[in-house]
Amino acid sequence: MKKKTRYSVRIIAERCKGCMFCVSFCPAGVLGRDGTANARGYPLPCIASAAVCTGCALCQKLCPDFAIFIESNHVR
Amino acid sequence: MNSHPSDSYLRTDRLPHLWCPGCGIGATMNSFVEAVKLSGISRKSLAVVSGIGCSGRVAGYLKADSFHTTHGRAIPFATGLALANPGLRVAVYSGEGDLVAIGGNHLLHAARRNVNIMVVCINNFTYGMTGGQLAPTTPIGSITATTPYGSTEMPCNLVNLAASAGAVFVARWTVFHVRQLACTMAEALVRRGFSFIEVLSPCPTLHLQRNNLGHGETEMRYFKEYSRVANNTSPVEAGLDRRDRKIIVGTFVKRERAVFFDSPDSVTLVRKKKVKA
Repeated sequence: MKKKTRYSVRIIAERCKGCMFCVSFCPAGVLGRDGTANARGYPLPCIASAAVCTGCALCQKLCPDFAIFIESNHVR
Repeated sequence: MNSHPSDSYLRTDRLPHLWCPGCGIGATMNSFVEAVKLSGISRKSLAVVSGIGCSGRVAGYLKADSFHTTHGRAIPFATGLALANPGLRVAVYSGEGDLVAIGGNHLLHAARRNVNIMVVCINNFTYGMTGGQLAPTTPIGSITATTPYGSTEMPCNLVNLAASAGAVFVARWTVFHVRQLACTMAEALVRRGFSFIEVLSPCPTLHLQRNNLGHGETEMRYFKEYSRVANNTSPVEAGLDRRDRKIIVGTFVKRERAVFFDSPDSVTLVRKKKVKA
């Protein structure tokens, strides 16, 4: 059976400043806004549709605050 | 698990950093970390030197040998480091106000001598940390703290400046081009000689807000929409004029030239003099 890779987006809430670069430039539209904020009051992105993530990691590279990254898990 | 893959290159105890929401300097630092990983240079043999200003804080957040110097003098400090320890890869990370205005002469002469350093110049079109004064790259008509009726000065084309002064590697990208920027930085890190990389970055708090240009995200969209990749274009034609609605990005200059104090002649010359004295 072919191995499949699933990607999960991790957000480090306490580092995020809510610039929303990740939300605006995600090519697959994984991320969205749901109005939640972190302890310092900055709006946080949310994972709107995790299944469509292609693992391109553009969000991770664009994030000025080192607050978002991609984890890949191999599943059968 | 809650750890970012770049964390081993960062002083995580100092995060979150002080840059404003929507500022692009953090993203360029992200690309720089990526470039260091790509280039295979060990953290032990890397030194990051920065001047004063928002982008001058980069040295403080990177877990490498770092040096936060006086205003405009990042290049002289870096030249000293590169000459005293030729095994060290020295990167200068600073803004256009620091490198081109206050330290303008140092930039010119380090490029002319072809000192073995890499310079990353974050161009956000204004002085950020000191309150948004007119910078050498501020576009004509822009409102700043020192030009409340709009700037009337011709902005400086940084890539052309560096290329004409003799830099051997000259490139420009915007903060939006994270992958290209990381590859270019990695290439500059492994090349010998004076390399200059200009990175256009949004300044949401001062430049964008004062000129009604939106916020960081809007400027990033502008970068995405109007950037034209044109490698090997003459830097003379790579001017930045907001009215043109065109940003020329890419690698403009790649050439080889004798590196400062690299030739055996220059070393023997100094040694002979030393013996005489």
